Amino acid sequence: MALENPNTVSPKDRDDAPWQHDKKKGELEHIGKPIRKVDARSKVSGLTQFADDLTMPRMLHMKLLRSTMAHAELAHIDTSKAAALPGVKGILTGKDMPTPFGILPVSQDEHALCPDHVRFVGDPIVAIAATEEETAWDACRLVEVDYRELRTIGSIQEAAANDEPRLHDYGVRGNVHRLENLEFGDLEDGFKRADHIREDTFWFEGNTHLPMEQHASLAHFDKDGKLTIWSSTQTPHYLHRALARVLHPLPANRIRVIATPNGGGFGGKSDPFNHEICAAKMSMLTGRPVKVALTREEVFWCHRGRHPVLMRSKIGVSKTGRITALDFHSFLDGGAYGSYGTASTFYTGALQTVTYAVENYHFRGARFFTNKAPCGPKRGHGTVQPRFAMEVQLDKVACDLNIDPAKLRLDNLAPRESVTANYLRIGSMGLAACIEKVVEGSGWNERRGKKEVTKEGRIRGLGIACSSYLSGAGLPIYWNGMPHSGVQLQLDRSGLCTVFCGSTDIGQGSDSVLGWIVGEVLGINPLDIKVVTADTDLTPVDLGSYSSRVTVMTGNAAMQAAERARDIVAKGVAKKLEIPAVRVVFAEGRVFDAEDPDTGMTFQEAVGVAEAQVGTIGTVGSYTPPKSAAKFRGGGVGPSPSYSYSATVVEVEVDPETGIYSVPKVWMAHDIGRALNAAVAMGQIEGSIYMGLGEAMMEEMAYRDRSHKGKRVFLHKIPSMLEYKSPSALEMPDCVTYVVEEPDKNGPFGAKEVGQGPLLPIMPAVANAVFDAVGVRVDENPISFEKVFAAIQAKNEGKDPRYGPAGDETGIPDVNFGESLKIKTPWQGGDGTAWNEPKRTKKAKK
Amino acid sequence: MTEPNKVLATFQVNGEPHEVAFVPHKTLLEVLREEMTLTGTKHGCELGECGTCTVQVDGTPVLSCLVLAVDAVGKNVQTVEGLACGSDLAPLQDCMADLGAAQCGYCTPGILMAADALLKDNVRPTRDEIKEALAGNLCRCTGYLKIFEAIELAAARMRGEDAEPSKESIYGS
Amino acid sequence: MLRLPPFTYHTPKNAVDAVRIAKEYGREAMYVAGGTDLYPNMKRRHQTPAQVISLRDVPELHSMEVLEDGRLQIGAMVTLTTLEFYPHLKAHYAGFAHAVREISTPLLRNMGTIGGNLLLDTRCSYYDQSHEWRESIDFCMKSKADAICWVAPGSPRCWAVQSSDSVPIICAMEAEIELAGVDGMRTIKGDDLYQDDGIQYLTKKPEELLTKITLPAPGNWKASYLKLRRRDTYDFPVLGVGACLWFAADGTIEKANVRLGGAGSYAMPATKTEELLVGKKLTDELIAEAGAAAMKPARTMDNTDLDVYWRKKVAPIYVARALKACR
Repeated sequence: MALENPNTVSPKDRDDAPWQHDKKKGELEHIGKPIRKVDARSKVSGLTQFADDLTMPRMLHMKLLRSTMAHAELAHIDTSKAAALPGVKGILTGKDMPTPFGILPVSQDEHALCPDHVRFVGDPIVAIAATEEETAWDACRLVEVDYRELRTIGSIQEAAANDEPRLHDYGVRGNVHRLENLEFGDLEDGFKRADHIREDTFWFEGNTHLPMEQHASLAHFDKDGKLTIWSSTQTPHYLHRALARVLHPLPANRIRVIATPNGGGFGGKSDPFNHEICAAKMSMLTGRPVKVALTREEVFWCHRGRHPVLMRSKIGVSKTGRITALDFHSFLDGGAYGSYGTASTFYTGALQTVTYAVENYHFRGARFFTNKAPCGPKRGHGTVQPRFAMEVQLDKVACDLNIDPAKLRLDNLAPRESVTANYLRIGSMGLAACIEKVVEGSGWNERRGKKEVTKEGRIRGLGIACSSYLSGAGLPIYWNGMPHSGVQLQLDRSGLCTVFCGSTDIGQGSDSVLGWIVGEVLGINPLDIKVVTADTDLTPVDLGSYSSRVTVMTGNAAMQAAERARDIVAKGVAKKLEIPAVRVVFAEGRVFDAEDPDTGMTFQEAVGVAEAQVGTIGTVGSYTPPKSAAKFRGGGVGPSPSYSYSATVVEVEVDPETGIYSVPKVWMAHDIGRALNAAVAMGQIEGSIYMGLGEAMMEEMAYRDRSHKGKRVFLHKIPSMLEYKSPSALEMPDCVTYVVEEPDKNGPFGAKEVGQGPLLPIMPAVANAVFDAVGVRVDENPISFEKVFAAIQAKNEGKDPRYGPAGDETGIPDVNFGESLKIKTPWQGGDGTAWNEPKRTKKAKK
Repeated sequence: MTEPNKVLATFQVNGEPHEVAFVPHKTLLEVLREEMTLTGTKHGCELGECGTCTVQVDGTPVLSCLVLAVDAVGKNVQTVEGLACGSDLAPLQDCMADLGAAQCGYCTPGILMAADALLKDNVRPTRDEIKEALAGNLCRCTGYLKIFEAIELAAARMRGEDAEPSKESIYGS
Repeated sequence: MLRLPPFTYHTPKNAVDAVRIAKEYGREAMYVAGGTDLYPNMKRRHQTPAQVISLRDVPELHSMEVLEDGRLQIGAMVTLTTLEFYPHLKAHYAGFAHAVREISTPLLRNMGTIGGNLLLDTRCSYYDQSHEWRESIDFCMKSKADAICWVAPGSPRCWAVQSSDSVPIICAMEAEIELAGVDGMRTIKGDDLYQDDGIQYLTKKPEELLTKITLPAPGNWKASYLKLRRRDTYDFPVLGVGACLWFAADGTIEKANVRLGGAGSYAMPATKTEELLVGKKLTDELIAEAGAAAMKPARTMDNTDLDVYWRKKVAPIYVARALKACR
C-alpha cells in the first residue's frame, strides 16, 4: 500500500535498515528484555513530582463553586460577599471566558465556567483564588446563585422521549446528540441464510477511571507575558489548543503546557478541563501563580468515563456457528457534554468485526445528552460495552448449538491480513494462539461445565471471552495532514542522547518506550538516555496518551529519528574507519566494524567523530498512520495501524444461596505483536484484568434520583473512594499471563498495543463463568451479587433464568435512525464508499 | 471563628529534626507536604479511604491524612523519602523498580510504607499476609500482582537469599 | 485537599479532667480517640467542634487486663490492631476477635480504637457525603434540624444505619460498658448504650466518657459475627450479624442473643429467632428455621451500599450461618 506521508516509516525501510543485518534476528540488546523503566527509580523513591507537588512563591489556591442543581438556568450570581472575604485575590465567572471549548471540533460545547446554563450537579459556575485553599473554599460558600430549575433529563429513555428542554442547541434533535446508521453487505440475505437467529438485550452501566491522583494544575502567567501550565493531563497538545482558543487573543506560541507525570489516567485526563482553563485565566487576572487541586468528589464530576449503553443485538449463524449476519443497536447515555462522545458512539459499532468474520453487518448507534457528569473515553473506549454484548451472546449461541464456546470463537476468527466488512484493515492476528493458550492453561476442556463444589458450598464455573483493540486511532482528532507523533533527537559529544517528544507518561511507560527503542537503534543503555516529554515549548507534538497509540506511533517516530541519527554517526565513523557505512554496527555502547568488531570506538567517541565532520547532530522523526480503507462517513473511527488481541478464561466461585461470588483465578493471553518489555507489558495486562474485574463485579456510576416538594434531586450517588467500589488487594485473583507475539509490520519491532485490550474480555468472561457455574445469565454489567441472586431466584421459580433489560418497547427507546448508509463489503466488490451517501465536499487540509 | 494560634514543634522525620510552626488542626499529611516540602507522601481522598498517604509513626503504618500533626510530635515519623540509604535504594524499592511494580507511581509511596512495616515484622510473609498488609492501599494501575512479587523478592533478598524474579513474572507463562 | 476546620485541641491527662472539659464546653466539645471516624466527618463539615478533647494521654484508657473473675476488661483507647493480635482474645473470644478483624482496613485498625468503634457515628448514603453534595439535596435531618430524612421523607426520625462491626457482637455477648461522667462512673449493658434513632443513637450524655468495655468470662457460651459487604476490606457492614448462644451441658440452648447490625439505627434483636432457639439443640433444621425468622426484623433501607431488597433476602441466610458458627 502506498503511504502518503514521506515521513512515515515504512516496513520496507525497516527491512533495509543496516542494524537488521548487523544484529542477528532475535538477538536484540534491549527490546524484549525486562529492564527497568526510565523513571522507575524516581517513582519508588517518592521523588516523581506530580502536579499537586509543585509550589511557587506567591502562589494562590483556587477553588470552583459548582452547580447544586442537575439542570437549571443561572438567573443571577452575586460574588460580592466572597470578594469581601480577606485573603480572596481573584474571582472569575462565566462571562470572563465566553468562548466554548471541547476535545472534538464537532462538539465545542463546554465553558470554563457556565455562563447561564448548568447541566449537571458539579458543573462549575465561579472560580475563586485566595492565599489559602480554605479561604477560597469559604469564599465559594459566600457566593449567592439564583437558579431557575429546568426539567432534568435523567436517562436514555427520558432523553429520547423529551426534546425539551434541550441540554444543547446542537445535535440531531432535542436531546439526541448523534445518530449513526451504517449497513455493510446484505443483512436480509445474511439472516435468510442463517440456521439459527437470536436476539438479546444488554445493559452496561457507566463507570469511571478513579485514578489515584486527583487532577491538579499550576498555572503561571509570567512577567514576560507568557503562560505556563503544569497539569495532570494525558493530552497536553489538546489542552494547548483549548487554552489558545479560550484565552484568545493570547497567542498559542505564548502558551506552554507541561504535562506532569499522571498519577493514573485511564482516559480520565484526556479532555481539556474547565479547572485547567480557569487556573490559567486566574493567573492572568491576578498576576500570580495559581494552583487548583481537585477533591476526590470533583474528580467524579470531571468523569469522562464509560458511557452507560443499552444494546440490542441480533445475530444469525449457520449450523456450525459461523456468523452470517449481525444487526447491532447501541444507545449511549452521554451525560451533559459532547466530550469524545461522537467517537464513542462509532466505537460501539466498530471493532466487533475485527475479532470474528462478520459477513453482513448493520450498526445503529444513538447518543443522548443527560444531566449527568459527562461520559467520555475510559480504557477500551466505546468498544467495551459492545464487546460485553457480543461475547455473552456468542456464549449463548454456543449453548444453543451445543458447541464448545472456545471452538465457536476459533471457527469464526477474522483472518489475518484481511479487510473486514466495515473496512478495517487487519494486519497480524494472534487470537487463535491466545485462545489455545488460555484453553490449555485453564484446563477448559476438562473443567468446564463440571460444576465443582468447594468446601464452602460454592460452585465453580469457567467462562471464556475474547477481544481486540486499536494500536492508536488511524485518524487524528483534528483532521489535517500533520504527523500524529513527532520526535526530536539530539546527540551530544558527551555521549548523551536526548529524546524530545510530546508524549505523556501516565504510568504506562511511554517515556521508557522512547528510551528502549532509541537505545536499541543506537546500541546504548536506555537508562543513559535523557527523555524529555510532554512540554509544548520543548517537545514536538505528539497527540497524547489515548487510544493506545503511543507504542506504535511515538515508537515509530522515535525509531525514525534514531535511525537517522544512527545513519549520520555511521557515516562519520565509516569515514574514519575507512569502511562502508553499512558495516558500522551500534551495540553495547560501542560503534564498530561488523567484520572486525575490535575495530571501533565508544558511542561517545563516535558521536564526537561525526560531530566534527557534520556539525551539531540533531534529527527528527515523525509518524502518520496508513490511510484507512474506509471512505464512507463514519469510517474514520475504527481504523488503526494494527490491532491487538486478547483471550481470557475466568474462574468464578458462586454461592448459590446469596449470589455472592469471587474470582479466584484468571488466565489471560494477549497478542502484543512484540513485547518491547515483557515485564512492563505484563503490568499492563494484569492492570487491565484488575480494572476489568472492578467493572465486572462492582464499579458503577450510580445516580440518586429523588423528588421532594417539586424539586428533583439527581446526582451521583457515591462520589467517594469508599463508596465507588474498587477491588482491593484481597479481591485480586491469581493470574496466569501469556504474552503472545505475532509481530505486525506497522509496529516498531512488530509491537502492538497492550494497555487497553486485555480489559475488554474480562466482563463477558465473568458473566459466562457465572452461567457455567449456576446456569443463569446476567445480561447487565456490573454483574453484581444482587443480579446473580435475582437470576438464581428466577431460575428456582421456573422463570427465565436471566437478569437484564427488557428487549421490548419497555426497554428499548423508540428512535428513528433514518436511512442507513449502505456500503458494499469487500467480498461484494465494495470500494469502501457508501453507494447512497450524498457527495461530501472535501474539507481543505489545514 | 478566629484562627487558633500556631504551635512551634520539632518533628523527627526520617531521623532528622524538622522545626515547624503550624496551626493545631493541621494533619500530619499537610505538615509533611506543605511545611516540610516532603511531597513524597501523596493524597487521594483525605478521608482515610485510599491508603495513598500512608506513613509510619513509631514503625506503625498509619494514614497521615487522619493523624493530627501535634500527635506526631515526639514520635519517629518515617516517610518514603527515608527509605533509601543515601542514593542506594532499599531492597524493597529496588525490587519494585525491577518488576515494574510502580506504574503511575502515585500509590507507590503509601504501598512502600505499608510493605516496609510488614517486612520489619515478618521476614517471610506469605502471599496472604502480604495481601492483608496491603488491604488498605488502593492501586488502580498494577492489579497488585507485581507489587506482591516485588515484596516477596525483597523479603528473600533481605533474608540474604540470592533470589531472582521468576521467569513467569517477567516474561509471562 | 479536604482539610479540618479550626479547633482548640485539648489533651487531658486523666478521665476526670477530660469529662470536666467536655462538660465545660458542652455542645462545642467532642472527644476524639483514634480520629478515624471524627476527622473525616469534620473534613466534610458534619461536625465542627470548636473544642476537640483527645484521649491519647489518658493512661487508664489504654490498659487491658483479665479480671480475677475471668472477665476481660479493655480500655477504650486500645487500638483495634492491638486487640486483633491479643492472644487471649483469639483464644477465648474468637467471634469478637473476628469482628474486630473485619473492621475497615489494617491501616485504620492501627489508628482506630475499640471505644471509637463502639461509638461510631451512624451512617447513611445521604449523609456521609461532602458539604457540597449535601448542599445539592438541601441537606438531611441528620445535618440540619429542619430538613427531611431522604430515606423516608415522611418520617419524623432519622434512619441512619448502625455500622460498627463490634456493636452487634458486643450487645449479643452482653458485654458491659463503663462510662465516666461528672458524677462518677456507671456501668451499663452494651444494649443499653444504644437507641433506635439515627441522630441520637447513643443513650449516654454528651460529656460521658466511654472508658472501658468488659467482656464476660469464657464459659458455656459461644459468640460469632458474620459481616455482609462488597469487598473483604474497607467496607462498612450492610449487614452484621452478632450471635451469642449459651449452652447447657447437653447442648440445649439456654439463652440466645442475636443482633442485626447494618439493618437499622441500632443493633436490633432478632427476637423471634432468639425465641425459637431457646430450649432446643442447634440442629441444621433449627438453624434454618431460626434464620428464616430473622427476615422480618431486618429493616433494611436504601441508604447503604448494595440493593435493599437483596440485603433483606440475604439476612436470614447470614443469621443461619452466624448461628452455625456458634456450634
